[in-house]
Amino acid sequence: MLRDIGVSSFEDLLTAVPSHLRLGRPLNLPAGKSEFEVKSIMTKLAKRNANTVDSISFLGAGSYDHFVPSAVNTLAGRSEFATAYTPYQPEVAQGTLQVIYEFQSMISELFAMEAANASLYDGGSALAEAVMLACAQTGRKKVLCPQNVNNLYVGATRTLVTPMGLAVEPLAIKDGAVDVAELTKKLDDTVAALILQYPNFLGRIEDIEPLIKRAQSMGALSIVIADPMAMGVLEAPGHLGADIVVGEGQALGNYQSFGGPYLGLFATKGNLVRRMPGRIAGVTKDVEGRRGFVLTLQTREQHIRREKATSNICTNEGLCASRATFFMSMLGPQGLKDVGDACLKRCAYLRKKLAEVSGVRLSFDGAHFKEFSFSLSKDPEQFVEFMAKRGILAGVPLRWFQLGMDDAILVAVTENRTLEEISQYVSGVRAFMGGQE
Amino acid sequence: MSSRQPQTLQSETKLIFELSAPGRAGYDAPETSGELASVQLPAFRKRTVAPRLPEVTENLAVRHYTNLSVRNHHIDRDFYPLGSCTMKYNPKINDELAALRGFGSIHPLQPYSTVQGAFELLDMLSKALLEVTGMDAITLQPAAGAQGEMTALLMFRAYHIKNEGHPRKRVIIPDSAHGTNPASIAIAGYEVTELKSGADGLTDLNALKAALGPDVAALMITNPNTLGLFESRIKEIIDLVHAAGGLVYMDGANLNALMGISRPGDMGFDACHMNLHKTFSTPHGGGGPGSGPVAIKRHLEPFLPRPVLTRQSEQYYWDWKRPDSIGNVHTFFGNFGMHVRALTYILSLGGNGLKEISENAILNANYLRVKLRDAYEVPHDRPCTHEVILSGDRQKAKGAKTLDIAKRLLDYGIHPPTVYFPLIVHECLMIEPTESESRETLDEFVDVMLRIDKEITENPELLKQAPYSTPVRRLDEAGAARNLNIRYQPPA
Repeated sequence: MLRDIGVSSFEDLLTAVPSHLRLGRPLNLPAGKSEFEVKSIMTKLAKRNANTVDSISFLGAGSYDHFVPSAVNTLAGRSEFATAYTPYQPEVAQGTLQVIYEFQSMISELFAMEAANASLYDGGSALAEAVMLACAQTGRKKVLCPQNVNNLYVGATRTLVTPMGLAVEPLAIKDGAVDVAELTKKLDDTVAALILQYPNFLGRIEDIEPLIKRAQSMGALSIVIADPMAMGVLEAPGHLGADIVVGEGQALGNYQSFGGPYLGLFATKGNLVRRMPGRIAGVTKDVEGRRGFVLTLQTREQHIRREKATSNICTNEGLCASRATFFMSMLGPQGLKDVGDACLKRCAYLRKKLAEVSGVRLSFDGAHFKEFSFSLSKDPEQFVEFMAKRGILAGVPLRWFQLGMDDAILVAVTENRTLEEISQYVSGVRAFMGGQE
Repeated sequence: MSSRQPQTLQSETKLIFELSAPGRAGYDAPETSGELASVQLPAFRKRTVAPRLPEVTENLAVRHYTNLSVRNHHIDRDFYPLGSCTMKYNPKINDELAALRGFGSIHPLQPYSTVQGAFELLDMLSKALLEVTGMDAITLQPAAGAQGEMTALLMFRAYHIKNEGHPRKRVIIPDSAHGTNPASIAIAGYEVTELKSGADGLTDLNALKAALGPDVAALMITNPNTLGLFESRIKEIIDLVHAAGGLVYMDGANLNALMGISRPGDMGFDACHMNLHKTFSTPHGGGGPGSGPVAIKRHLEPFLPRPVLTRQSEQYYWDWKRPDSIGNVHTFFGNFGMHVRALTYILSLGGNGLKEISENAILNANYLRVKLRDAYEVPHDRPCTHEVILSGDRQKAKGAKTLDIAKRLLDYGIHPPTVYFPLIVHECLMIEPTESESRETLDEFVDVMLRIDKEITENPELLKQAPYSTPVRRLDEAGAARNLNIRYQPPA
């Protein structure tokens, strides 16, 4: 091959690399291993982690143990979906493009919005992009964010938007919900948008329609962070007037995977479509009149518009969005409602049972979807360690989230939890409170 | 009942919504009965109109998506020389290991004592990537290359603010830069200064000197660059920027050319990102998920996204107390599923294997350069690295453009190279074969490219109507934007 290239040694191909920049030694990494050895090493690492299949998980706070039907894995495992790339040549990417179109359609339906994109990285970056859009659309530079919005989402948003001169201003909460008096005080014509999480980070279902209307009355947009799994039972944000809906799609057929890869959802009203970040697939015809799909409105994107693009995103979360599409198609409207009911009931049941244990205090009254917070008259992190020994991942201590709720725990109860498992949780709490080992 | 016609791969598909019928379902939610069912719920606003998701059985859904999948070109099907994307073979062991319950089914906020295996994996990956890049510290948080670029720019910004009290104003990029570079610069709050490349395709040092000043925060550069050429004077370039008080960032998209040969850290870069879905074989997924770790020199360490992986007394934990951190960029800790795959790849290949990969990537690209140089113009006909740039100018003069060449390649079952990028080459074709391809595949590709050139000479019209045999033929992209339809509307 070197002969065909016309050089006598491989070194002749590296003449452009000056000798002082040549590494000049082997990489200080172990030699390559056989498949057998690699599997052995990696399996041992995996075994050192407690997992949510062998343990009973009540963990939430933005990542959830929802059921993944087997067929989702089968379809997502097909090389045709997994080893293709961005559909730059649409004629040989109709599989990917049609899946994206169906994904956009289903997400739009879920949230009752007019349009959705092909995905962003995760819920946090989707919120950041929504803030950027709202500020670009209104010409204002500040958004209001209640403190019951996921702190990690707010962090990711602040990281991104602060250098652009945009501000995310915190809004106080009262009894776990948006403080309407505070909102009224802070809402003025310098505010580009009001962010609302629905259900909120603490699991409560708030009545967001009046808050949305209030924001819009001052010329601000509403950005609703909505749980896609709640959309079978909760009124859709699009029917409540939301301008932009974002969310985390991990619950839709994707695994928890220690925090990634996840799936940023992004949907808007029709008038905001041309400002949307990310890829969008659209319908068209080919030269023989066949229906086909292409990436469209590409003049928003970095490969065309460069520094004037609506976002810098290129590679997004394609296969995760595909998994969500397969999942939603099998769930259907009835399945979504059934899962929603399952979460509502299980969550309410655990609340009821815990309230009967002395020393336990539920943080808030009112409707919760699939998670809620409670406090114990003992240390929450000790409680979590105690339960872990019993094979239960008991919840996320809220002192990690700077909410002033340092003695509380956020616990999630999804459709995957059985009555027996929930009862085990309650027994565990009783045992901990009773001073047992 | 719809009447089925004789089928070809070009037969029109149905949408999943068009297969829907009331009452069908592909999923049985867990039962909610007995004590669970009778729980009272407080009031809340219920969904009034159900979402119009499809109602199909699992069988119908599986058939539908299986039939869609075969309409894709993909690496496991055939050659995919998409320049800058590094479409190498994706080893199957990667996916099998990422699916282990001890990796796929762990929650990001489990107690630290229950995820020490995951932490150790991240530590092993971090150390390996630092050795490959010659840098001091790393964040695995960014979910893709573009997010990595942005993360580095934000760290640069924080660095300047800490040292000088202000972020500075401009970031310099070459005119050959990937579109995400200027887009990331704008989002990081900087102005873009574009530098015209020299006639040799490399950075023009005089132009760089003229562009530098105390308001320049950074230079963002790809090495080897998007023409597949190694920046021989990179050390001088970096020294110039440092002397002006700026920092230098390497877009690591082309790392497949460098492993074991030369390292960004040794070149003097302050930061570089890597694309695990390019260089480190994690699958492209039809548009992600990816992963874009950013490696840095020590002076940028205080600004790393939080939390930072730390080890003390044999225990790993996340250090959230990082007062100078730019904050988090990903909600949690990055795309762990891709970290698992990348580490699997690195363990499988070892140091010797990674170097062989880069060497073969360079060999294959040069082979194509030499074999195609008679029929196609090679703007910079000297040893290239892992990708080679052609210009379709000669073919355009004969009546068919690069776009038409790309569309005709589809008929031969080969994915076209990247076209019309970088912008500085007319009728550009950017070919990156990767190390995965055998000589037979490369020879076949050369043969096809020569055949296409002959087709242009004899009958350019043939190309202008291509492709003929793909699932759809040329699509009306202008029409798609004009008559915008980006979601299915069920009939009223």
